[in-house]
Amino acid sequence: MDHAAGMPVDPRVFEAMKPYFTENYGNPSSSYSFGASARNALMESREKVARLIGAEKSEEVIFTSGGTESNNLAIKGVAYRNKKKGNHIITTTIEHISVINICKHLQKQGFEVTYIPVDKQGMVDPEKLRDKITDQTILISVMYANGEIGTIQPIREIGKIAHENQVYFHVDAVAAAGKVPINVEEENMDLLSISSNDMYGPRGVGALYVKKGARIQPVTQGGGQERGLRSGTENIPGIVGMGKAAEIAQGEMVAEGRRLSQLRDKLVKGVLDKIERSYLNGHPTKRLPNNANLRFSYIEGESLILGLDMLGIQVSSGSACTSKTLEPSHVLLAIGLAHEEAHGSLVFTMGKQNSEEDVDYVLEVLPGVVKRLRAMSPLTPKEMLR
Amino acid sequence: MNPRNVGEIPDADGVGTVGNPVCGDLMTVYIKVKDNRLEDVKFKTFGCGAAIATSSMITELAKGKTIEEALKITRSDVADSLGGLPPIKMHCSNLAADALHAAIKDYLEKKEANK
Repeated sequence: MDHAAGMPVDPRVFEAMKPYFTENYGNPSSSYSFGASARNALMESREKVARLIGAEKSEEVIFTSGGTESNNLAIKGVAYRNKKKGNHIITTTIEHISVINICKHLQKQGFEVTYIPVDKQGMVDPEKLRDKITDQTILISVMYANGEIGTIQPIREIGKIAHENQVYFHVDAVAAAGKVPINVEEENMDLLSISSNDMYGPRGVGALYVKKGARIQPVTQGGGQERGLRSGTENIPGIVGMGKAAEIAQGEMVAEGRRLSQLRDKLVKGVLDKIERSYLNGHPTKRLPNNANLRFSYIEGESLILGLDMLGIQVSSGSACTSKTLEPSHVLLAIGLAHEEAHGSLVFTMGKQNSEEDVDYVLEVLPGVVKRLRAMSPLTPKEMLR
Repeated sequence: MNPRNVGEIPDADGVGTVGNPVCGDLMTVYIKVKDNRLEDVKFKTFGCGAAIATSSMITELAKGKTIEEALKITRSDVADSLGGLPPIKMHCSNLAADALHAAIKDYLEKKEANK
């Protein structure tokens, strides 16, 4: 149940991609007719992605190599192009690490960045954000939903505030796209990052929505593809895959969303009922349909992961031991958890491969794993061990 | 994952606690000493798989040894007995050795105090 770490490519997506490796391998930039099929594939894929996010014009969709690149292009693109207007960027403390590190990089180059805090459930307060806007502010970047704790942000209100103040609004929707309905027009966005592999598409492809009229500086120079905003010969098989994934996601979103939220709710309720001192991290209702982030007092995440792995269950954790930097998840710390609470968390991100049987199995075995680890921990109070 | 020697010794001769939950690792080692040998060693750990494994391993390595022998057990002994540890996890084995030595130190201090 760790779809956030890796999802299989949908077989229908894989089928759609195949011809573009060895049969239709033309370059869309070529003038002769063999390039036409690649050009058409590019155009159709662009339209499919545009439809998924409610973009008015398909040319507002730029293809990239993934969510991280889209974030780089959006944030650096706005910053460098508009630095004469101002040098202030507003973002949040729970953004994806790519956004955080891009902002830190810009800070080293003289940009000012304000990281808005979130409440205990990971929600941004749009008014707190409005208070921080100055005449130097050129960009606000807030994620649509947080992939770790699941909380969905008040994007429409934030977008409205951004536009009232003539500030560009970028939304990292990598965790949300394909799972919940997104509409860039109605929700007041100027830039939106999405990635293919988060919706059962191939890895190494993503997109950035750039609203017509938004001025950004390209990060990757070259032959001028993607309206000059992202040069490089287009990854046609990957892009076709992303287009197909977007089309499937759009068609199945409502039903799959309902199915996943039922599984999620059953899992959360079951855990909170059966296991003492267990808690849900993130907002209880305004959360992604497939995300259950739970924490358990007195024990640590990696040992939980190992215990569950031996029983055939894969999950992730926000604990320091599971991160490359040996720091606990910055998201869990941002919502006010103490270090030891952050260490004791597990993230379940369910997907197409999960069924009710899976949830029942987890509910059957997880209490035992928790109990065993609690018996081993010096932090467990004596009353609990009886 | 079947760690050995989990638990407490209520009338332990020495207790050593190292690490802290903020870092994500807390280990407590309990020892019972008879005729200068570690008759019994138990542990409790809040921490990752490597933390649990290294603290369990050190209790196995220390049991039956004399105080002097037990003090000589190093983090590499623990790591080697486990068949090696990834570099990022070596600090866990350090903690295990420290916890054992802290328990021994506690025992020696108590012994001094009782003279």
